Amino acid sequence: MQIRNRHILGWLEAIPLTAVLLCFLVAPIVMIVIVSFWGATEFSIYPAFQFDNYEYLFGSEVVRRVFLATFKYAAISWFFTLVIGFTVAYFLAFHVRTQTMQIALFLLCTIPFWTSNIIRMISWIPFLGRNGIANQTLISWGVIDQPLEWLLYSDFSVILAFVHLYTLFMVVPIFNTMMRIDKSLLEAARDNGASGFQTLVHVIIPLTKPGIMIGTIFVVTLVMGDFITVRFMSGSQRANVGRLISNDIGLLQYPSAAATAVVLLCTVLIVIAILLRFVNIRKEL
Amino acid sequence: MRTGYDLELVHLTKRYGDTVAVQDLNHVFSPGSYVCFLGPSGCGKSSTLRMIAGHEEVSDGSILLDGHDVSWLPPAQRGTAMMFQNYALFPHLSVRDNVAFSLRMKGVDKVKRHARANELLELVDMIHLADRLPAQLSGGQQQRVALARALVTEPKVLLLDEPLSALDPFLRIRMRSELKKLQRELGITFIHVTHGQDEALALADEIVVMNNAVIEQAGPAREVWGAPRTEFVARFIGGHNVIALADGKATVRADAVRITSEGLEATIVAVEYQGASVAVTTRTQAGDEVLALLPEDQFFAAPKSPGEAVRLSWDEARLHRLQA
Repeated sequence: MQIRNRHILGWLEAIPLTAVLLCFLVAPIVMIVIVSFWGATEFSIYPAFQFDNYEYLFGSEVVRRVFLATFKYAAISWFFTLVIGFTVAYFLAFHVRTQTMQIALFLLCTIPFWTSNIIRMISWIPFLGRNGIANQTLISWGVIDQPLEWLLYSDFSVILAFVHLYTLFMVVPIFNTMMRIDKSLLEAARDNGASGFQTLVHVIIPLTKPGIMIGTIFVVTLVMGDFITVRFMSGSQRANVGRLISNDIGLLQYPSAAATAVVLLCTVLIVIAILLRFVNIRKEL
Repeated sequence: MRTGYDLELVHLTKRYGDTVAVQDLNHVFSPGSYVCFLGPSGCGKSSTLRMIAGHEEVSDGSILLDGHDVSWLPPAQRGTAMMFQNYALFPHLSVRDNVAFSLRMKGVDKVKRHARANELLELVDMIHLADRLPAQLSGGQQQRVALARALVTEPKVLLLDEPLSALDPFLRIRMRSELKKLQRELGITFIHVTHGQDEALALADEIVVMNNAVIEQAGPAREVWGAPRTEFVARFIGGHNVIALADGKATVRADAVRITSEGLEATIVAVEYQGASVAVTTRTQAGDEVLALLPEDQFFAAPKSPGEAVRLSWDEARLHRLQA
């Protein structure tokens, strides 16, 4: 009897979270999947089960290019956030000796996060614009005579904003993993004749892999799903999948937006599945 | 005579800001000996070891190995190797790759370095677990791997930082006999840092007792045990009673103290049965604690219990004068 009670109690305890997840995660995704098969005219949408939306997605050259652009943004942003994030985390974890200083510098890294994404993005515009600070400074130094056009409303500015916005998501997990590396391992490496670079390659990077992987998942999913950064920083001149969806919604083409969202979701899940094949992050969780 | 790979410390000093961790150490280690650095925590023994290893910068003085000043060489070029307290095995590498790590750093090709690693693993009897990861090994096994990794570089001096402290008592005793055996076979100098006097006595050809950043006494184990120079050494090495005499202090070994009908008056504080012997702790009227280690049969011929008044005596010849 008692065992049975405990059994029921266990289920009861699991109910609230299950309910929350069902209502706010599973149900919306199911809805999106259902709607993605619906049809739409210029002025209405109607329930149906047809593959028109998907046929369009997989057939269109424009959509293919937009997906490629999304991957490009994700890949380049990933590369720069990783290089910068790893360097910052390395400095914090191995070069800063005192813990107080580590915490202080770490908090310093998070200060930009006290303002919203949009504000941080927009604040680049006066800096990078045609008559912005960057161009004026370069002209006054005599480095260039014409303002650089590619500074703003270009792939450059989009990626710059991504890197600026998301590097911290790389720093935090990498720093966290690095802090768990036993410092005597570095001494052992030195004792065994490893140079600083060899220690980095043979000891620190392998042991930091789980953190790198978690940071990678953060950055890739954030960049792949983003639409506002691309819109602002490219002056609506570049597109990624997120913007495709947001445009469809703007035109009330919900079925098409839903289909695009499903494809994007699957793409991101596949990317993460591939990443997880390489590194076991369970140890970190 | 000075031959072989002898190691010498010359005015060796280590300061951390204003605190002196190691003060003006001068010592010559005879080659091929098993040396134990013994002392309480914070006495400077670990700093000394780490300076010899090259993991701590020398503030002053120098370290000579085999006639060369190695004070400013990187650890791997000194001819020393260190075995770390928690073994510091690379968790992402197999046992074999851990042992082969230093060869890999030197660019030795895979076949050769694995062959050499296998030889070392053979030596420490770990070859059957060569493909495991360190996390899959017990403490004693990890220690053997750490030992193999340290020895793969063919060091002239092996430095061991409290190597047995992480093991359970049974394993500790077994590993220490293996360490001693290995040292004899290899014929190189082992410098072993410990705070356990039994460990030091069991292992060491030479014991260096440190306290407050200086060497209190150094010498063969029997000499240090039999004739402690200072009160600190007598107390730290155990088994000694320090007795205040009119003209200074002296020690008498606990096993030399007898309970008799004549002699120093004392009250029994505690009686501890230890198997072969019985440890009787007493307090004299002057307030000194005196330990008498009595053979089991002798004690039980006339058993005593705490609170009883007894008289203690010893041969005057067993009384050893302390210099400080």
